[in-house]
Amino acid sequence: MPNRFSHMLGIEPLTAEQVTFILDQSKPLQEIQRHPLKKLATLRGKSAALAFFEPSTRTRISFATAAARLGADTMNLQAEVSSLRKGESLLDTVRTLDAMKPDCLVMRHSSSGAPHFVAERIGIPVINAGDGTHEHPTQALLDALTIRDRRGTLAGLNVTILGDVLHSRVARSNIQLLGKFGCKFTLSGPAMWLPRELECLAPQGSSIRRVARMEEALEGADVVLVLRVQQERHHEAALALDEYVLLYQLTPERLRRAQPDALVLHPGPMLRGLEIDPAVADGPQSCVLEQVTNGLAVRMALLLMLMLGTPTDASDVMKGAGHGAD
Amino acid sequence: MKVVEKSQLMSATEIDRTIQRLAHEIVEKSGGTTNLALIGIRRRGAPLAQRISRAMRGIDGVDVPVGTLDITLYRDDLSMIAAQPVVQSSEIAFGVDDKDLILVDDVLYTGRTIRAAMNGLFDLGRPRRIRLCVLIDRGHRELPIEATYIGRTVQTSNTEIIEVRLNEIDREERVMLVERVS
Repeated sequence: MPNRFSHMLGIEPLTAEQVTFILDQSKPLQEIQRHPLKKLATLRGKSAALAFFEPSTRTRISFATAAARLGADTMNLQAEVSSLRKGESLLDTVRTLDAMKPDCLVMRHSSSGAPHFVAERIGIPVINAGDGTHEHPTQALLDALTIRDRRGTLAGLNVTILGDVLHSRVARSNIQLLGKFGCKFTLSGPAMWLPRELECLAPQGSSIRRVARMEEALEGADVVLVLRVQQERHHEAALALDEYVLLYQLTPERLRRAQPDALVLHPGPMLRGLEIDPAVADGPQSCVLEQVTNGLAVRMALLLMLMLGTPTDASDVMKGAGHGAD
Repeated sequence: MKVVEKSQLMSATEIDRTIQRLAHEIVEKSGGTTNLALIGIRRRGAPLAQRISRAMRGIDGVDVPVGTLDITLYRDDLSMIAAQPVVQSSEIAFGVDDKDLILVDDVLYTGRTIRAAMNGLFDLGRPRRIRLCVLIDRGHRELPIEATYIGRTVQTSNTEIIEVRLNEIDREERVMLVERVS
């Protein structure tokens, strides 16, 4: 069963068909966000543990809301207030959570690969809500849903990614996802954040080029993904922010070089006046708020797919086959 | 699972006549079509609702709005389904508040689908009334649910299955009684 997932750790191992399946499953859940009564009972009695070992507001709230709208409870662990600060190991913390019998673990961690390490050691599905500079699969899925809704397709788009690609798990997951649909990527930003090795990330059938001048990088773009300047991840000498604004801020003038209907995406939190001009952030091409709403639908779809129990009895298969008979 | 066909319950012409009769009954008992709307339950309730609406236009000259409801998220046996359940879109383009709704499905069996459909409708608003219209009532209810409009009542055993085939979905048009053999 190719569409049965045991975890959601990253976009890289998925096929284009699996990605399409997840996006298709998110569509009906977009409607729920418009219902007057948004709470379903589909996952009633189940619970999701949300373990955020790295500060997060929007992703955590999005997962908590997604779980709540499906009727599931959440168990919250936040690094700032947990025993991690008292010296407990990651594995001990996660095993303790697991002993409280959640049906799913959503985790974010500052180390790349941490969710994979955990997934091999506990018996419940793990969803990666961002690991270090590696992947952020739910962000890439919600971006893809937003793009597909507006453009009708993901195939063969020109995608320009601006900013700190080196430290961005959002960029990596997006390249993995959109690359499966033959999108072509142009990366632009300060040279220290665009090492040549990034070109190796392109999945088969896609390509990545690095362009120093932002104006040139935007030429003909269908989608512009603006990354946040992640000052907390920079080990290099501090970046001169005024220089960044001057050279790399996405302004209305620069955006005019892209396709007239180019979409502007930003994973948030958005630093207005730094990487993006407020006029672009609030303009008609901006998808920022749609991204947030779509995040709920994508996360609901994944929670549904991972938290519904796996049966062993063959007679259940027949029951489920339905035959339109009840 | 192997199934054998035992008998044909309805031909294409009989299905059509039944739909015409159901449309007449709904118009008659509702005293007209004002405020009325049809909700077809995915999958085979959806084309049936469309057909009933078309038949009602023939009777009353009015277009009765039709919506489609997917009940996957409201099922009570989702976690028992082995294959990945596939959620589909509901398409209800009108507000259900204060509407006089007719739920339409192909077969009424345990009643659980109807229970799920009503839960789904309540999430969309507060209808004034909900009635149920089915092509076949095969008995074996597990919930206190009955249909207002019934195409045909059929006595069945638990191992039998009613197979409704409609052109829009199956490219053939008939209702069969089949039986599971192991």
